Amino acid sequence: MLEAIRNKVAIAGVGVAGLGQAHGYTEMELLAQAATKAVADAGLNMSDIDGIATCSSSATMWAMPVIEYLGVKPAFIDSTMLGGSSFLAHLLPAMHAIVSGQCTTVLVCYGSTQRTATFGRKEGVKARALLDPQPYEQPYQPLSPITSYALAAQRHMFQYGTTRRQLAEVAVAARQWAGLNLEAFMRDPLSIEEVLEARMISDPFTIRDCCLVTDGAGAYVLMASDRARQLQGKPVYVSGSATAVWNRQISAMHDLTVTAASESGPRAMQMAGVSHKDIDLIQLYDAFTINVLLFLEDLGFCAKGEGGAFVENGGIAPGGHTPVNTNGGGLSCVHPGMYGIFTLIEAVRQLRAEAGERQVPQASIALIHGNGGTLSSQSTAILSREPT
Amino acid sequence: MTDDIKGPEARYFEKLAQGIFEIQRCATCREHQFFPRALCVHCGSTQLDWIKPSGAGTVYSYSVVRRKPEAGGDYNVILVDLDEGVRLMSCIDKGGENGIFIGQKVSARVALRNGAGMVVFDAAEVTDA
Repeated sequence: MLEAIRNKVAIAGVGVAGLGQAHGYTEMELLAQAATKAVADAGLNMSDIDGIATCSSSATMWAMPVIEYLGVKPAFIDSTMLGGSSFLAHLLPAMHAIVSGQCTTVLVCYGSTQRTATFGRKEGVKARALLDPQPYEQPYQPLSPITSYALAAQRHMFQYGTTRRQLAEVAVAARQWAGLNLEAFMRDPLSIEEVLEARMISDPFTIRDCCLVTDGAGAYVLMASDRARQLQGKPVYVSGSATAVWNRQISAMHDLTVTAASESGPRAMQMAGVSHKDIDLIQLYDAFTINVLLFLEDLGFCAKGEGGAFVENGGIAPGGHTPVNTNGGGLSCVHPGMYGIFTLIEAVRQLRAEAGERQVPQASIALIHGNGGTLSSQSTAILSREPT
Repeated sequence: MTDDIKGPEARYFEKLAQGIFEIQRCATCREHQFFPRALCVHCGSTQLDWIKPSGAGTVYSYSVVRRKPEAGGDYNVILVDLDEGVRLMSCIDKGGENGIFIGQKVSARVALRNGAGMVVFDAAEVTDA
């Protein structure tokens, strides 16, 4: 039973680098900076790392150059690529490896220069069409991945009466949290009207319903909880972790208003032995505003179709009833191609009470959730300050 | 046997280039599926027949992709549920001028573009939601 490894592994250190714009740096350089910070944050040296989990949007053999660059010789290697949820999906295999004794200390790391690289998003989309074709969708030129999420939003609006205004609430809440976070990329005030009146990209999304395109890197270190407790820092326990994938293409998704988060969420919470009332803060992968509504519903924080009402009147903004995406999220803080790892890093900072102005009082248990592809992969984890 | 020389994807696009739209139906469980696969996604059977769908479908969702006029202007992307119970991505080619809406009745047609076939849909009748 997975409950047997509940809280057995802890996050001993986290690090970020190059958030926003990192002119003149490669993604490997940013990754190495974040990795170095995470290892130092744990009070360790790079030579202590004997496990690696990493992946890249473009390099299919990415673990090898990362291992080479960092100069480590890992006994555990995971390069599972599930899009933006990957770095949360890396949790459970790493926990197994640590508990079984395959390795002692796993570094999970990611870096991207999506904003400043000469080979950017546009070229990436073009290259992927050749290397990883989707011949039943590509001929219709959906903006990748925006249109796929727009189709889900449109269906949610039709089925549940969700409004563009409610979607805009998500973007506005993210911006208000970002205003409290010096690391965030976009911190200027944003109103619902400004979201609605921004440039339309793919109905019903304006540019403000869509995440940022930034550079950035993130890393974290996992080790056995009893070892982590002996180090300098404050360990954050991994209480539960689960990943679910039902499809890849949006056209192959059975119901566009129900994601596989409805499977990963209950599994992660069962492993952790927690219920919704135990959760103090939530970090959700907000690639688009609709994601937050879908995941709040699928993860059980409100009933299906009631996500719009849940976020209304600043419900998830600073001072609202539920703290969600307290760093500003992918919408306003950082989004370097794949955002998932930053949900974990923000939760760790909150649980260690290091989040400054945006600190959630008495934050003990966090739910974090990553999404990948076009609502294709879903990974949920429960992190806690004390063992659950 | 000639049909078996190619995989289902190549066969699908070859027929489409001839103006023929076909989908798979499982010979074992009788369920339809789209896109074409080497096995039935419902029961795992590899006994799959090709059938011509009626072409009748209903818009499940849609989006209008905004594009500058000089780049070709806006275009729509839809997900459509065929009466046979399968869903595919496509676009409304004719009859969408007066609005596209979820629940709209549409019918399939194969458009030939640069030697390749492409399933597109026409709005069955031009009505507002």
